[in-house]
Amino acid sequence: MANSHHSSDLSSSTGDQTLNDAAPARPGLPGTTGASVDRVPMLRRRLALPFGGGRRRRFSLLTRRDKIVLALMVGIPLIFDLVLIWGPAIATIGLSFTDWTGIGPLTDKNFVGVQEYQKLLAYPFFEPALIHNALWLAWLMFIATPIGILVAVILDGNLRGSRIYQTIFYIPVVLSLAVIGLIWQLLYAPDVGNGFINSFLAAIPPLPFTHFLPDVAHTDWLGDGSINLFAALVATSWRHVGYITILYLAGLKSFDPQLREAAAIDGANSRQTFIHVVFPAMRPINVVIIVITAIEALRAFDIVYIINRGRNGLELLSALITNTALSESSRVGFGSAIAVVLLVISIVPIVTFLVWQTREDQQ
Amino acid sequence: MIQTLAPAAEAAQPRRRRRHRRIGTYIFITLMAIVWVFPLVWALYAALRTDRDTVKNGYFSWPTGLTLDNFVSAWNGAEIPRAYLNTLVITIPSVIIALLVASMVAFAVTKFSWRFNILALMIFTAGNLLPQQIIIVPLYQMFLWVGFIPEPLSSSGKLFDQAFGIILINVVFQMGFCIFVLSNYMKTISKELTEAALVDGAGVFRIWASVIMPLCRPALAAMATLEFTFIYNDFFWALFLMSTGDRRPITSFLQNLNGMYYSNYSLLAAGAFLAVIPTLLVFLALQRYFVSGLTLGSTKG
Repeated sequence: MANSHHSSDLSSSTGDQTLNDAAPARPGLPGTTGASVDRVPMLRRRLALPFGGGRRRRFSLLTRRDKIVLALMVGIPLIFDLVLIWGPAIATIGLSFTDWTGIGPLTDKNFVGVQEYQKLLAYPFFEPALIHNALWLAWLMFIATPIGILVAVILDGNLRGSRIYQTIFYIPVVLSLAVIGLIWQLLYAPDVGNGFINSFLAAIPPLPFTHFLPDVAHTDWLGDGSINLFAALVATSWRHVGYITILYLAGLKSFDPQLREAAAIDGANSRQTFIHVVFPAMRPINVVIIVITAIEALRAFDIVYIINRGRNGLELLSALITNTALSESSRVGFGSAIAVVLLVISIVPIVTFLVWQTREDQQ
Repeated sequence: MIQTLAPAAEAAQPRRRRRHRRIGTYIFITLMAIVWVFPLVWALYAALRTDRDTVKNGYFSWPTGLTLDNFVSAWNGAEIPRAYLNTLVITIPSVIIALLVASMVAFAVTKFSWRFNILALMIFTAGNLLPQQIIIVPLYQMFLWVGFIPEPLSSSGKLFDQAFGIILINVVFQMGFCIFVLSNYMKTISKELTEAALVDGAGVFRIWASVIMPLCRPALAAMATLEFTFIYNDFFWALFLMSTGDRRPITSFLQNLNGMYYSNYSLLAAGAFLAVIPTLLVFLALQRYFVSGLTLGSTKG
């Protein structure tokens, strides 16, 4: 019934039964309307072909009304997507060639060519922001993501209480990065006695060699511009690790256990098995994780904004955009030029993902 | 064959070494779990302390008494109930509309072959992967410029500073991700089902509503859970596309809270905790759906 129903005996059964089997929630589509009477002979002719599946056949089943409904189903959301996302993305490029401030109409006089880009090169926060974004990416890619993979591998072994561990590592994933910023502010608070980290450091009893070390217990973790980026990265990783664990654990669960057993027979220990057998076989999920990590690094914003609005050591391209174009100074053209830089960088992981995805589909 | 050999191969390893490694793994993962749960525990602890206690002894001390007063103060002082209501008004319609629209697009794109379906899918998917900050500058201008939104949807005719505007951008932005995941899911449903229904004389809308949607129930449940947390957690749109603090949903309202309670950690912690509770409850109740939602598409933009 399931597969080759219609090719054999279409004239007697119009396919009602198939529907009943597949969608028990809605007991059968009631009485066929006039339309089906027209369709059946036409369909019989088409299905008499030995094989089909080309576009033509499927389209011919659709009435004019069906085609209109389908066009609306895709067309209306597509228009909204183009107007509210792709339109602004392109407008950003256009605005980056202007010196518009958002006040008064945009006229020909506002078009200043690449002037805003030249200003950008001289802007003292541009290079730090680029470096911070790169550090953000490197940290997530080489520290947080591998930790997430490690946790997933550990939880994949038959660990007692694995569910509880999973819940604990997944909880930060459901929190917004803004709230994560607030929660970590409590840990990072600089005053000994209040901030947990500094109080903890101060409570460690002095050892013979510790007086050589700098006085870390009075570090202003979020206020000191030379280290607050790393403090923010630790807080971000709290969430990112769990995120990667979720994705990787799902991949590991679908991994064929026979491959692992075969490796064990060949005398591989569990580390060798992971490096040489499991990890290469997880290629699809590895690509997804790399793309996600890159995109997360580029759109990082909430956490630095809630800490200090992305200033004083926490400059990121994303925060520079809002700080210049949507602040008092309202430098729309200048902010747009920064946005274009971010757009150009973002295209790399996005295109990687799309190309990978289409290739997967074709296989 | 392989199954029967495997235990023998494992047994060849010295048993004691394996047990030691196993204990090591437990210790490692347990320590990590303690570190992981600690920030939330500390925030809760800070929120439960009394002023008298913390002023005298600091937060890094044993409690002399715990209280819910800070929650009450934050609830009243920061007008958390209104922020919750704003969130509700934005999140629930956004999730429902995004899923309905996305399921229609995914249905049309996966069940029927037409010329531009791969292109359309790419436009939606890539749109969700763009960093939000790239489009915010023109979007901000657009939200100010549009002036024709009718009365019940917008009190000023604009999209700016209106719940409707935030719903709109959330729907359009999240739609891309939902379409991507749902179309991956729908690809696993046989095309013959749609064809059989067409033969039967059902129109495409009817097929979407009574054949495809019931079959997608697991995916829709997972996506609803996931999208609820995504939209609930959105900080960015309402921060820049709304200017009135009173209208902001709770996540964006945290920015106000941060300024308000900068020096009072107990109130800050209580406020943060109140903001977190709804997603935490949803997660603990529907963890399975949340996880499967994330892994269905194996991506989140």
